[in-house]
Amino acid sequence: MNIDVVLIAVALLLKTIGFAFLFAACLGLLRFQDPLQRMHAATKAGTIGAGLTVGGAALASAEGATLTIAVLIILFLTLTVPVAAHLLGRAIYFSGAQLLGLEERDALQKENESDGM
Amino acid sequence: MMDTLLQIDLLYTTASRVLLALLSIPLGMTLVRMIYGPTLADRFVALDMLTGVAVTAAALTMAVTGRREFLDVGLGLAVFGFMGTCALAAFLESRGKK
Repeated sequence: MNIDVVLIAVALLLKTIGFAFLFAACLGLLRFQDPLQRMHAATKAGTIGAGLTVGGAALASAEGATLTIAVLIILFLTLTVPVAAHLLGRAIYFSGAQLLGLEERDALQKENESDGM
Repeated sequence: MMDTLLQIDLLYTTASRVLLALLSIPLGMTLVRMIYGPTLADRFVALDMLTGVAVTAAALTMAVTGRREFLDVGLGLAVFGFMGTCALAAFLESRGKK
């Protein structure tokens, strides 16, 4: 068993799993019924899918420069997508989206009425 | 031995090509959400999703063509997608507060 064969097999597996996650994210984006639910599906599963696919593509061509860029991409996505998701969720709530499935009182109601950030 | 390695390489390239072709399905789903999204927020969420699809497409293109510059393209797309999402979220929030 050659080491290259193992590397390529692992890379293909990573890519397929990443694609499945990306597909699930887009399915959630299409099928969920609320902007906040859609944001939840798109940001979490989308990050995992893109990160796994980039990791798989870099693993197949096992060079130092490629792996460095791939680690940079995965690190950047992991650090920035939660920030973007938080900003988007805040903006969606303040732009007047209804929180579906919320039975009790809305804890953010006070924030909504005051105009300060 | 050399023949087996060549076959593995061909299998890998073909599989990447198939995955790249299949990526048009999530792309179409995102496009549908962007066109029919009832509110502006849905369109911004779809635009954020488009960044992830674009980074994935860059990585798969690198595997198909064997040129590693496409990974740099993916990094640039991730950076600009983050900036765009932040700017659009700030716009949406200032618009909703009025």
